[in-house]
Amino acid sequence: MSADAATHDDHTPSMWDWRRWVLSTNHKDIGTMYLVFAIFAGIIGGGLSGLIRWELAEPGIQVFNNGIWGNEHNFNVATTMHGLIMIFFMVMPAMIGGFGNWFVPLMIGAPDMAFPRMNNISFWLLPFAFILAVMSMFVPGAGADQGFGGGWVLYPPLSTMGHNGPAMDLLILSLHIAGVSSILGAINFITTIFNMRAPGMTIHKMPLFVWSVLVTVFLLLLSLPVLAGALTMLLTDRNFGTAFFAPEGGGDPVMYQHLFWFFGHPEVYILILPGFGIVSHIVSTFSRKPIFGYLGMAYAMVAIGFIGFIVWAHHMYTVGMPVDLKAYFVAATMVIAVPTGIKIFSWIATMWGGSIEFRTPMMWAIGFIFLFTVGGVTGVVLANAGVDQALHDTYYVVAHFHYVLSLGAVFAIFAGWYYWFEKIFGVKYNSLFARLQFLFFFVGANIIFFPQHFLGLQGMPRRYVDYPDAFAFWNQVSSWGYVVMLVGMFFFVLVLLDAMIRRRKAEANPWGEGATTLEWTLSSPPPFHQFSELPKIK
Amino acid sequence: MPDLFGEAMRFLTALALFWTTAAAGAFATPGQPTDGGLNLQPAMTPIAERIRDFHDILLWIIIPITLFVMGLLIWVMIRYNRKANPTPSKNSHNTLLEVVWTAVPVLILVVIAVFSFPLLYFQDEIPEADFTIKATGYQWYWGYEYPDHEVAEFISTMVAEEDLAEGQLRNLSVDYPMVVPAGATVRLQVTAADVIHNWAMPAFGSKMDAIPGRINETWFQVAEEGVYYGQCSELCGIRHAFMPIEVHVVNQATFDSWVEAGPGSDEANAIIADYTAARQTRLAQLD
Repeated sequence: MSADAATHDDHTPSMWDWRRWVLSTNHKDIGTMYLVFAIFAGIIGGGLSGLIRWELAEPGIQVFNNGIWGNEHNFNVATTMHGLIMIFFMVMPAMIGGFGNWFVPLMIGAPDMAFPRMNNISFWLLPFAFILAVMSMFVPGAGADQGFGGGWVLYPPLSTMGHNGPAMDLLILSLHIAGVSSILGAINFITTIFNMRAPGMTIHKMPLFVWSVLVTVFLLLLSLPVLAGALTMLLTDRNFGTAFFAPEGGGDPVMYQHLFWFFGHPEVYILILPGFGIVSHIVSTFSRKPIFGYLGMAYAMVAIGFIGFIVWAHHMYTVGMPVDLKAYFVAATMVIAVPTGIKIFSWIATMWGGSIEFRTPMMWAIGFIFLFTVGGVTGVVLANAGVDQALHDTYYVVAHFHYVLSLGAVFAIFAGWYYWFEKIFGVKYNSLFARLQFLFFFVGANIIFFPQHFLGLQGMPRRYVDYPDAFAFWNQVSSWGYVVMLVGMFFFVLVLLDAMIRRRKAEANPWGEGATTLEWTLSSPPPFHQFSELPKIK
Repeated sequence: MPDLFGEAMRFLTALALFWTTAAAGAFATPGQPTDGGLNLQPAMTPIAERIRDFHDILLWIIIPITLFVMGLLIWVMIRYNRKANPTPSKNSHNTLLEVVWTAVPVLILVVIAVFSFPLLYFQDEIPEADFTIKATGYQWYWGYEYPDHEVAEFISTMVAEEDLAEGQLRNLSVDYPMVVPAGATVRLQVTAADVIHNWAMPAFGSKMDAIPGRINETWFQVAEEGVYYGQCSELCGIRHAFMPIEVHVVNQATFDSWVEAGPGSDEANAIIADYTAARQTRLAQLD
């Protein structure tokens, strides 16, 4: 190759050039920034959950006792911000921004995203949203107490007349900006997936991860504007004398809940669907078999996305809805179990007859399938409004959604992390440390969350800073689980340090013949710009 | 440095103690949670009994499903790992199988629905009530009004830890409890004056949002006399965990003299306290 033939494509800017990151229009660099951001936010969100478990380790008020951690209000702030940070600043950036940005273009054989500059602004809005959210914890919220402590659902009147300080306003602004970031990202992904597939890659040949992101971003595009509307009404109720949700002015607090959950229920599928895609790839790769029932898998996700929009009020069974309306939401909610069951069984059928190799990502993926099943069946229990009358707003609900999110989405993220780590960073990781992390996470998360089913059945309400003495035993068990999980986090840090120090050069495809998607045809890390000549799909 | 070994030993002792107690069946006082308890609190109303029965059915469905999936996973991990099965099959479709694993879950859901809907409608339809109580949630206490007995609203506030009397429970006992006669069908109207609260009583299977500007209705009928505890179940601010609900179910005569004495007054409270103390002595003698 002569000197003039060397194109600028081969030139990777220096790691240390700030313009590479701040002005980045490269989907892989932006994806990496999303991942780093998610790890950072995850540490803060995880730290808050540590405060929660520390407080709840025994009856009485140990941590939020007017000392450095503040009072009972600050406990409420901790639960609120733990939820918001984990959802908006950890899981979503990791799955959609991180893995989505990295691998959607690679998997469909595209050189980059459709709108690279919009991709830049999508990412860079997020740190500012995060700064606003963190700032809100340190300005007056309710009276002199700092931060917003009304739960991540932000129900009025607690979020309007109940919190007179600027903390809630900062939080509204933060979520608005995070929402804009996600909507811009969603537009980008939809355009990319519809228009930039390599020749021959029809929609029914797309890898399942791309399918999962496609469904997810449609959910984002359709649900986030509704949240934005609800938040704006909160803002005007708080500051400009409107009464959308204030009964004394003819408004209705329950209307807010309908708007919020019209966003909030699709949101929980936004958190888990990309995980479905990631797990499908891993199961197929390490079983050395194509995914079982590809079309069923793809359309099960479409079905889950669609039904996800028509079940929102199952979060509100106790607000006093008409009984026929409750009956409808019971029926619609239970229907979701069908496509979800198809996915679980198809993953197992993919492994059936396979030649399974228990590499690190596969352990996380199998862990995901089992734990997601546990979270799924308790979801069927909660879907029934009759039983939900006993379990609504108890720790049973907390256990349920942590099984599908903390053990589901987070396990899927780590599965993807260890599946694509070498592809992203171009170096190998120590799989012993990664497996130990899995072991401690699996055991620890189960010790944290399984006993919470018992607490919920016994009637312990959620968001309680202190509880009657009869809830002490399982709460203590749960808090010990957090310590186990913390050991797992220690191994995660070891994995990062080990990879950073040893810098063992990664192969293009460490997983062998089972890894069939396009990203494995490229070097690790891939060239700064890939597919200058589009690949042809047979 | 915390004494980890000591903590661990204490924990194991508690675990052993708990399981022996559980096995002995010496368990569960009605109307309150039990430390280490695994299931719903004892059901004290027709609604709570039906919730318990339906939940038992659900357990018979969800536990086998979970074990089935776990069994399949273990089986494929043993039978189809690289050592046991070096050459993977290329099979990726089986229409019959796909139809089965779509249809069978549908059937299971239909079975669940058959039990679920009657419960839902049973909870919702309020039978001919003997009288009405209006509960109002405030930050952070409850107010109870008995319009049919012309009892004006009285306030029910948690007893602070340092003021707890013998037999009262931390974070559960209140100063002026709600009182109802045994066997009466009570229509409960729930609302709130400031933010949203929730009137929840696990032993009754009751949980109803208290929302400003709207009145929600539910009902309960408790056959057995006793003291029952519940807690606010909708986040309502800094003292959300400290606005419990206490209901005393007494005989009709005691209820009548409680109404006569003026609920919310110390005389009325004394009547209930004496009655409860006498009942507990009676029960103790029976043991």
